Amino acid sequence: MTLALATDHGAVVQTLNDSPLAVRGMTVSYGEKPAVFSVDMTVRQGAMTAIIGPNGAGKSTLLKAALGVVTPLAGQATVFGKPLARERHRIAYVPQRASVDWDFPTRVIDVVLMGLYRELGLLRRVRARHMDKAMDCLDRVGMRDFADRQIGQLSGGQQQRVFLARALAQSADLYLLDEPFAGVDAATEKAIIDVLKALKDAGKTVVAVHHDLATVADYFDDVFLINTRKVAEGSVDTTFTAENLNIAYGGRLAGAQLEAAAG
Amino acid sequence: MGAEFVPLSLPPLLIGVFAAIACALPGNFLLLRRQALIGDAISHVVLPGIVAAFLITGVVATGPMMLGAAVAAVLAVGLIEAIRRLGRIEPGAAMGLVFTAMFAGGVLLLEQSDTSSVHLDVEHALYGNLESLIWLDGEGWHSLLEWSAVREMPEELWRILGALLGVSGFVWLLWRPLKISTFDAGFAQSVGVPTTFVGLALVVVSAVAAVAAFDAVGSIIVIAMFICPPAAARLMTNRLEVQIAWSAVFATLSAVLGYVLAGYGPLWIGAGHAVSAAGMIATVSGVILALAACFGPCRTRSGAPAV
Repeated sequence: MTLALATDHGAVVQTLNDSPLAVRGMTVSYGEKPAVFSVDMTVRQGAMTAIIGPNGAGKSTLLKAALGVVTPLAGQATVFGKPLARERHRIAYVPQRASVDWDFPTRVIDVVLMGLYRELGLLRRVRARHMDKAMDCLDRVGMRDFADRQIGQLSGGQQQRVFLARALAQSADLYLLDEPFAGVDAATEKAIIDVLKALKDAGKTVVAVHHDLATVADYFDDVFLINTRKVAEGSVDTTFTAENLNIAYGGRLAGAQLEAAAG
Repeated sequence: MGAEFVPLSLPPLLIGVFAAIACALPGNFLLLRRQALIGDAISHVVLPGIVAAFLITGVVATGPMMLGAAVAAVLAVGLIEAIRRLGRIEPGAAMGLVFTAMFAGGVLLLEQSDTSSVHLDVEHALYGNLESLIWLDGEGWHSLLEWSAVREMPEELWRILGALLGVSGFVWLLWRPLKISTFDAGFAQSVGVPTTFVGLALVVVSAVAAVAAFDAVGSIIVIAMFICPPAAARLMTNRLEVQIAWSAVFATLSAVLGYVLAGYGPLWIGAGHAVSAAGMIATVSGVILALAACFGPCRTRSGAPAV
């Protein structure tokens, strides 16, 4: 299939075949009602995309379904034009910070080393170069001095940085982050966005579930609006409009929020 | 140390220690996954398995009964998973449902089959028969070097040793998938760890350890060892590797101390008879947990206010 997609700029920049993440007909249900219904998404190579929508709109579920973390009822995802199973090594996934038990008995450095799982396999020894790489990743998020801390002793922002360091250790081409800025301090938010922008400058693709409409235009190039169904997708300039937000949020946004967001 | 130590005390001690460690090792992961009750569940559901095996074969033989117990354990694990997924309820509730129902079914079967005459009694199931596992060919420490004598060790010893080796091998081989999927299942799946398989393998391995231990030492030790040594170990360290080591130490300590106290403790305080070794081993493990909860260095949960 070599379907060419026109972007909102009117230029054909890529085909469906090599999109870092292409989702087709994705439908997921946890009970009677679908959480995500027949969603198509095509992520642009080298861009930073925000997935936005109200609470319970299926943002995280869409990400998890694309990764095979939840099993969809229907639909499929391709990664760089190939089935997910063959391209897993090119993806780094950062789950929601609240999804794990931070009392787990492990140190910061051990969490980052989990990012090297595909390299280490079941039984390969952790060698000096693995440790160096993990420490380097901690350095990039400003957490080198915390390597030997138990993860439960960190603040929320520090925990989020450790998760990001683990993703960096995966040396991926596509980074999928689930609410990386939720409940973090301002310094951490700045540190995270700097790392993500550096990734983008290095030609990587970043997709993040995002909550704060006020920062969408500052942080991201593209937006994907969802409320169980896809509402719109495209560049921030053309797609992140008051009209689309009203559709996605069902008119529940205050006028001020809309202005701040899309103004 | 008297000459009777090797034939009378060495085999039960070894069996107790092996059984305790075999249950404590997977217990560490079950505890962190909030599935610690599975040990309790398994030791209850083996009852219908054992009775069914007796009804089918008509003999009281270890082989069929172990097989029946293992089948019942695996069946229970499957049922718990099915109820948890289909009913979307928490694992603890699914376990409670399955093991009470299957245990009750086992009791009914037992009554109906009139097996009370053939030593399928509750006491045996609870306490095992640790003290009776003696080694008549063991005439002293030198017997350990004689194959003909070693061969005559109680067969329970070989079974539990096999189970311990199996459990250790499983934890060693699947260390990274177990650790990653226990900490962060979503991330584990994203890097291709087969989390469902790892989770099922863990409970099946636990079931095998429980059944092998159950036969020799009874369900009280099985239930206690799945929970107490790992829970006490968690309070001693903030590293999983170290926690596993502590849990093995605590399991060994419980087994040795419990056996000795059961045999000699009552004599020391002037009471007449020795008490059940299984009961004492479980009690000691509980005391160790209580001590760790009061004095362990890593008792504060993150987020909990430091006192």
